[in-house]
Amino acid sequence: MTDLEKYTKVFAETFDVNESEVEKLEYQGIELWDSVGHMSLISALEEAFDIMLDTDDIIELSSFEKGKEILSKNAYGIKF
Amino acid sequence: MTYEELLSLEPYSLSQVRKNELFVELLGALTEKHRQMSYCYADIIRTLGYDRKEFQTVQDIPFLPVRLFKHLDLMSIPKENIFKMMTSSGTSGQQVSKIYLDKETASWQQKTLAKIVSSFIGTSRLPMIILDCPSVLKNRHSFSARGAGILGFSMFGRKSIYALDDNMDLQYEVVRDFLQEHKGEDILLFGFTFMVWKYFLQAVKDRNLFFDLSNGFLLHGGGWKKLAQESVSNEQFRQELAKICGLKYVHSYYGMVEQTGPICMECEAGHLHVSNCSDIIMRRSRDFSPCDIGEPGIVQVLTPMPQSYPGHSLLTEDEGVLLGVDDCPCGRKGKYFKIMGRLANAELRGCSDTYAVGK
Repeated sequence: MTDLEKYTKVFAETFDVNESEVEKLEYQGIELWDSVGHMSLISALEEAFDIMLDTDDIIELSSFEKGKEILSKNAYGIKF
Repeated sequence: MTYEELLSLEPYSLSQVRKNELFVELLGALTEKHRQMSYCYADIIRTLGYDRKEFQTVQDIPFLPVRLFKHLDLMSIPKENIFKMMTSSGTSGQQVSKIYLDKETASWQQKTLAKIVSSFIGTSRLPMIILDCPSVLKNRHSFSARGAGILGFSMFGRKSIYALDDNMDLQYEVVRDFLQEHKGEDILLFGFTFMVWKYFLQAVKDRNLFFDLSNGFLLHGGGWKKLAQESVSNEQFRQELAKICGLKYVHSYYGMVEQTGPICMECEAGHLHVSNCSDIIMRRSRDFSPCDIGEPGIVQVLTPMPQSYPGHSLLTEDEGVLLGVDDCPCGRKGKYFKIMGRLANAELRGCSDTYAVGK
């Protein structure tokens, strides 16, 4: 599985949507991505990629796209 | 200076003189902004006699009684920009405060909290024990301020566990195994003061248990009133935690849903501090004039953070006393103070106090 596939799968599973719909997901944009869902997403991403996100990145991760940008940073070393 | 620039500074670096200059400008502009955006707010401050656009000092900024957020829908944004609504804790029968956030203010709340808390515990996220029960977050559509507090502080932890089950019974094995797994690591503990005392510490004592929390950092807040009724002082609270669990780093915080984010943290010397992001003024009840250092009064809280609702200057229902300015032995700049409790006849509203009444 590529990193993008893994990343997509985490979103699809956490928010119970089809993989084809994840790209436009935003924080507070759907019912399940509320503040509780956000912490579930963070845990799921950390587990899937075996990383620990910084507090600031948790706050900034406000959409599917933004998350890709954050995880591509050197500290996490994930390539999309 | 914008709020964003204020946030980028070390959180306790501003002297009071410098802060006064910045805050009169920021809060003055914010008062004017809210006045233009909210008819309701404009009416209130006009009634209070404020029609000036220029303020000489921070003390001149008008303040709203915090209770107004229970009775009025105060917001300074068009309805379609509401990103999130927060409500206060309250026992049944009490009305709750409603705070309306747009994206910017919601994000500033989190960034402000992160800035303040990380200056105490560092920027890496620690394994976390929540001294509460999982059911506070069960109903995600309407969790209490207690749930919101837990969620807000969860971003500082990882691999979090709950120390209590839904009957508020201590999960000894869960905590023991967690501590074993993270032996030698720093641990973050978070809970509301009354829960920590009653359902964690008392349970550990009653059941003759032992946890080694000498690597722990406890952050607690949400109302002292219930503990004061049980005659437990902050000093005693700290001493018992140190004696029974070896917990050395115990910091309370003072905050409220109406100004989520810029909380006041207790320093190593046991004093509550305002950060760069907020300020505090104690006022005399007879004429609302500012108190001197050492003179108890009604607590007014100010912060240039809220853009979406006029909550930048609020008169609380708490009584407090200013202990000093710029000269705390811990080295942090700005004002430091202590909270004596709720004013007589005020409603019960702390996160842990409302739980106590519900039982």
